[in-house]
Amino acid sequence: MDRLASLQEAVKKLLDSGEVDGVLALRADGPATTPHLFQPGDSLEDLRLWPKYAIPRTMDMLLEADPEVKLGMVTRGCEERGLIEMAKRNQVDMDRIAMIGLACTTEERDACRCAWPYPTHIDVGEKVEGTADALVAEHENLSAEERAAFWKKQFSRCIKCYACRTVCPQCFCEVCVLEKDLWVETGTLAPPFPSYHLIRAYHTVSKCVGCMECERACPADIPLTVLYTLLRRDAEEMFHYVPGRSVDDPPPLVVETMWQGD
Amino acid sequence: MQYENVLTTCVYCGCGCGIYLEVLDGKVVGALPAKGHPINEGRLCIKGWNVHDFVYHPERLTTPLIRDEKGGELREATWDEALNLVASRLSQIQSTDGPDAIGFLASAKCTNEENYLLQKLARGVIGTNNVDHCARL
Repeated sequence: MDRLASLQEAVKKLLDSGEVDGVLALRADGPATTPHLFQPGDSLEDLRLWPKYAIPRTMDMLLEADPEVKLGMVTRGCEERGLIEMAKRNQVDMDRIAMIGLACTTEERDACRCAWPYPTHIDVGEKVEGTADALVAEHENLSAEERAAFWKKQFSRCIKCYACRTVCPQCFCEVCVLEKDLWVETGTLAPPFPSYHLIRAYHTVSKCVGCMECERACPADIPLTVLYTLLRRDAEEMFHYVPGRSVDDPPPLVVETMWQGD
Repeated sequence: MQYENVLTTCVYCGCGCGIYLEVLDGKVVGALPAKGHPINEGRLCIKGWNVHDFVYHPERLTTPLIRDEKGGELREATWDEALNLVASRLSQIQSTDGPDAIGFLASAKCTNEENYLLQKLARGVIGTNNVDHCARL
């Protein structure tokens, strides 16, 4: 059975079980594809696999809109890890989400330069191993001065559209520090180096799971994933913390703060 | 719970970015860039990401407003009343001061067809070449 037929069967089974009020997945819409909440009885002919959207963000919104609702979700590796980090920070309740685990194909993995293209439990698709990000490897060979020059050049293209912040499932703060004149001067483009981007980078440490939606949403083609992958590497080396690995791993900021307070 | 996305075109400028309006239980709650759209290829500017905000904005104009005298207050009017007033005043100015006393400002937020109709009105009905667009306002 091909991957789409197998996914259709899994979604139908979950919808028919009566356990959920709907399943969040992707739907074909003419030549485009969009996130959609399939409901029991809906035709699954239009169900699609790709291109992925930042649907953990959508799930957060849906669960908040109705505190009683329980939903299914077609979940890739990055999306499961994203939900786990959000659950740790009380943004989503994992007991209200039934996941259908979807393993990414080699092509999808390569499109995301992804190191971890599968969820904990695979319901649909075959597991393929992750790949090393060639851009990150290239970046690691640069000196500190070269890195600073690299990012200065990249960030000079920023139009401060906030797309990286807006699309990010982990950016759930009600009030965003990036909108404060104190930290990010208003009325200038590009935003002064490096306030906007490095504040955002610091704020995503231990939360960013590498879903790549920020880089995809960036109209200026800034390779944000490179920065976040390196921060993820540092958090693992320094604190043995891997974002999204387990809902039971406490985030390092919490642990370190507790230790400081002892 | 019903959640779906409706494909539309961003109204903020003339680029024509493909946008999905996120509709939750009949209410517009957000906007997403349409992935695979030939114009914006899954990206948006800051205006596009926030395009849904004006839909239910309390200050959004929902009826025409007429100012009866210079310096007077605006009052709500029906479309018929507003359009009749515009048509009669344009005719009056055209006959007393000539067609070139009138200018038309088109908009990048309209479709090509709407802008075509506006210049047709200017040239064909009023008889002036005074047609410009919002990008030069």
